[in-house]
Amino acid sequence: MTEPGDGQSRQSSRFAELLECTPRGLYCPAGDFYVDPWDKVDYAILTHAHADHARWGCKRYLAAKSCESLLRVRLSNQIDLQTLSYGEPLRIKDALVTLYPAGHILGSAQVRIEVAGKVALITGDYKLQADPTCVAWEPVRCDLMVTESTFGLPVFRWPETPCVIRELIGWWQENQSQGRTSLLLAYSVGKAQRVLAEVLNACGLDVAQKIAVHGAMLGPNRAYRTAGVELPEFPSAASLPSDHDWSQSLVIGPPSSQSTGWVKRFSNPSLAMASGWMAIRGTRSRRSVDRGFVLSDHVDWPDLLTAIDTCQPEQVWVTHGFSEVVSRYLAERGMAAEVLQTQFAGEESEPANQDTPELTP
Amino acid sequence: MRAFARLYQRIDETTKTNDKVSAIREYFAGASNADAAYALYFLLGNKLKPSLPTRIIRQAAARSAEIPDWLFEETYQWVGDLAETAAAMAKGTSVSCDEPLHRILLDSLIPLLQSTAGSKRASSKSPSGTLKRQELDAAVASKLIEFWSRYDLLERFVFNKLLTGNLRVGVSTKLVTKALSQCSGVPLDELTHRLMGEWEPTEAFFKQLVAPEYAENSPAKPYPFCLAHPLPDGHAREHSASDYFAEWKWDGIRAQLVRRSGQTFLWSRGEELLEGRFPEIESAAQGLPDGSVLDGEILAYRDESPMPFTLLQRRIQRKKPSPKMMQEVPVVFVAFDVLEHARQDVRGESFEKRRTMLESLPLGTPANAMTLRRSEVFEFDDWAKMFQLRDKAREYGAEGLMLKHRLGLYEVGRVTGTWWKSKVTPYTVDAVLVYAQRGHGRRAGMFSDYTFALWDEDRLVPFAKAYSGLTDEEIAKVDRWIKEHTTQRFGPVHEVPAQIVMELAFENLQVSSRHKSGIAVRFPRILRWRHDKSPQDADRLEQIKEMLRQQGNRTF
Repeated sequence: MTEPGDGQSRQSSRFAELLECTPRGLYCPAGDFYVDPWDKVDYAILTHAHADHARWGCKRYLAAKSCESLLRVRLSNQIDLQTLSYGEPLRIKDALVTLYPAGHILGSAQVRIEVAGKVALITGDYKLQADPTCVAWEPVRCDLMVTESTFGLPVFRWPETPCVIRELIGWWQENQSQGRTSLLLAYSVGKAQRVLAEVLNACGLDVAQKIAVHGAMLGPNRAYRTAGVELPEFPSAASLPSDHDWSQSLVIGPPSSQSTGWVKRFSNPSLAMASGWMAIRGTRSRRSVDRGFVLSDHVDWPDLLTAIDTCQPEQVWVTHGFSEVVSRYLAERGMAAEVLQTQFAGEESEPANQDTPELTP
Repeated sequence: MRAFARLYQRIDETTKTNDKVSAIREYFAGASNADAAYALYFLLGNKLKPSLPTRIIRQAAARSAEIPDWLFEETYQWVGDLAETAAAMAKGTSVSCDEPLHRILLDSLIPLLQSTAGSKRASSKSPSGTLKRQELDAAVASKLIEFWSRYDLLERFVFNKLLTGNLRVGVSTKLVTKALSQCSGVPLDELTHRLMGEWEPTEAFFKQLVAPEYAENSPAKPYPFCLAHPLPDGHAREHSASDYFAEWKWDGIRAQLVRRSGQTFLWSRGEELLEGRFPEIESAAQGLPDGSVLDGEILAYRDESPMPFTLLQRRIQRKKPSPKMMQEVPVVFVAFDVLEHARQDVRGESFEKRRTMLESLPLGTPANAMTLRRSEVFEFDDWAKMFQLRDKAREYGAEGLMLKHRLGLYEVGRVTGTWWKSKVTPYTVDAVLVYAQRGHGRRAGMFSDYTFALWDEDRLVPFAKAYSGLTDEEIAKVDRWIKEHTTQRFGPVHEVPAQIVMELAFENLQVSSRHKSGIAVRFPRILRWRHDKSPQDADRLEQIKEMLRQQGNRTF
C-alpha cells in the first residue's frame, strides 16, 4: 500500500498544472476549480447529481446542461449554476474545460481538462451499456485518466440489459398471477427512471397505470421530464387511497424504504432489488430480498478495461472502489497507474444509500 | 442440470418454508428416478468424495478469465465464496444446459473428481512428483474450463458447489423428507426411517424409497433420532415436575447402538457408521441380546467422570485408535433409551415402559466391564429441586439436564413436548478483538470472523474465535472500523489495534495445557459489544484460570 503523502507527491508531479489531489477533492490549479469536491469551495464542476458527487454549499457550479433540472431538485433552486452542452468548450483561466457524456445517469458528464496541450479526463461514474434515459458514454483521448472502480473486480460482468429486463417483467407477471405486489428497490435518481423507461419500452405504455413510485421519486421523475426524457407521471404510492388494490402493481421505492413503514401498505409483497451488487450472493442475502436483478449504472470489469484501452491515457488514477486492485492490475499490464487517495480510505463495499437525504417527502 | 440448478436457486431465493417445500415437491414430480436420487442425496447434505482440490478450481478460473492468480485471490477474498467467484469469472454460455443431472454427474463430474485422486498420489516431495502433479492439475483444470463453457452462470455455480462438496442448501432434512413424502404418498415417519443409514443415490434405490411397500431391510438400519427442545421459561409454571424424568445432559457424541443378526453397528447422530472407531463399545455390545437398539451418548470417561470433549474429539478423528490412545482416552456408551427390544420396534411405548425394558437389559455386567452403562435417572416433586440439581451439572462434567415426559413416545426428530433440555448458564468473559477475517455465506465479504484475546501480564493472548452473535448493523460497523484500522495483513487475516471489547459466552471453559492460552473453549459466541469498556478492562487469563480451578475444574 502506498503512503498517502508519497502517492500525492507523485500524482502531482507529472501533471502539476493539470490536476492535483487535495484534502478538499480533485483540484485544477490552472483553472482554479474543483471537480466533485467533498467540501464547500468557490468553484465546483460536477460530474453528476448523486449526493456523493454533488455537494451543497459551493459558491459557483458548472455542470452539463441536461443535469440542470436534477441538480436544482437535489441541491437547491438557488444555486449559482452555469451549464454546458456536451462537447462545448469553456475557457476557465488557463484551462480549457469540455464535458462529454458519461452514460451513468441523466446529465452525467466526464470532465475533459486541457492545459498547455496536456489532457486530463475525469470520468466521474460511468457505464458503457445503453440506457434510454441518458446520452451514451463517449470515449475521450487523454493523457491522464481518473477513473472510478466501483465494480473493479473480475467477478463483475453485467448480463445483457434486455435479459435482465425480461427477467424483471417475468417476476412481475408471476407476482400478478399470485396476487402479490411487486416491490422493487432501486436508487431514486437514475436507476428508478432507467428501469421505468426499459419496462415501458418492453411492455408498452399501457402498463404505466399499474406502476406507482415512492414519494422520493416524484422530484427526480419531474426533473427527468423537464430535461426531455419521456416518462409518464407515476403516482406516489402514498397518494393512492388506503383500499387501493396493489395485487397487480409494480411499485418502485428507494433501498432505504425497505425498513420503513411505507412498505406496510402492500399486501404480501415480493421484494426485489436492481443493483450491480445483486451479482454477489452474499450482498443479495444481506439485503434480504426475494430477487436480485443485476442492473448497474457503473462499468463492469470488462467495460472498465475497454474504456481505458479506448481512451489510451499515459497514466491512470484509480478511485472510488477497488482502486488498489485495479491499479495493480493495470501496472502489471505496463500502464502507469496509481491509487487516488480519496476521502474514504480502504476498500468500498455496498455504498451507503445515496437517497437517504430525500426520504422525507 | 437446468432443473436442478433452478431448484437450488428457488430454495436459495426464499426464506419461506412453504415456498421451499413446494419448489422441492415440484422438482421431484418432474424428475426421473435417476436424477431424483442424486438431487435427494445433495439436498440431504451428502457430498461427493473426494472433493476437487481448491487449487485446481482457482487455477482453472484464473486461466478461464485470463487474469493473474493474485487477482483471483483478491476477488475471492472479497466475494467470500470460491464456487461463486470461479463461476462468475469463468467463460461460459448464456444458454442453459439440457443434459440431465445424473448424466452430468456420471459422465463429467465424478470422473473429474476421480482423476484428481491420481494427482494426490503424485504429490510426493520429489521434484519429479511435483512436476507430475502440476501436469495433472493443468489437465484437470483444462477439463473443468471446458465443462464451464457449456453452462450458464447459475449452472456453473451449482456445478462448482458439487465439486467442492459445499452445496449447502438452506433446507433441513425434515423439510426435504416432508416434500418427498407429499409427492410420493409415503408417510413422513416411514420415509424418514427408510432414509436412515447409508445408501447410494441410484435409480433403483429411489424407486424403492418411494414405493408403497418397502422391501429393503438391512440389519444395520438405525431409527431416526428423537431430539429435544430447550426448556421454555414458563414451562415450570404450567406443568408438574413429577411428570418428568431427568437425566444428565452430556457433552459427548450422541449415538445409536444396533445389535442385530449377531452384528453390532454404532451410528452417529449424523448417520455415519462409527465402525472401528470405538472398538471397546462394539465388543462390549456383543453381550446384548439380538434385536436390541439403544440410544445413548459416547463419552470419554475416566475415574468415574467424563473427560473434556476435546479429548473425545481425538478419538473420533482416528479411524482405528492405537492401544495407547485407547488407554489415554477410554470411552463408554451411556444408554438412555431403548428403541428395539426383543426384535420389536418399541418406539410407540411410553418412556416409563421403555425405561423398564432398558433396566432389564444386561448392561454394566462383568462381561462388558462398565463400558456399557445405563443413564442415571432423577425424579422430582418440585421444579426448584430440579433446577438446583441442574445448576450442579458442571461438577459432574455435564452441560445440564434432559427432561423426559413419563408418557412420551420415542418421536421422530424434534417434536415439541416430549423431551426438553435445560442447560446451565454459560460462562462469560470480556475479551479484546485482535484479528478479523472476512466471513462466508450470508456474511460473505464482510469482516465477521473475529479472534479475541485476553490479557497475560501486558500482552494480549488470543484464545477464542467467534462468528455469531452481533446484529447485521453491528457487523457493518465493525466491518467499516476494521477496514479503516487494519495495521497489518497476514493473508486473509487482518490485525487491528486493541480497541474493541466484546462479551463472549461459552458452553464450557477448561484449563488446558494443550492450548497456547492455557484455556480450552467450547461453543464461543458473542453476547454483546461492550462499548462501555476499554481494552484495559478486559479479563485477564490468570483470573479466569483461577476461577476455573476454584470450581474444581480439572486440568487435562
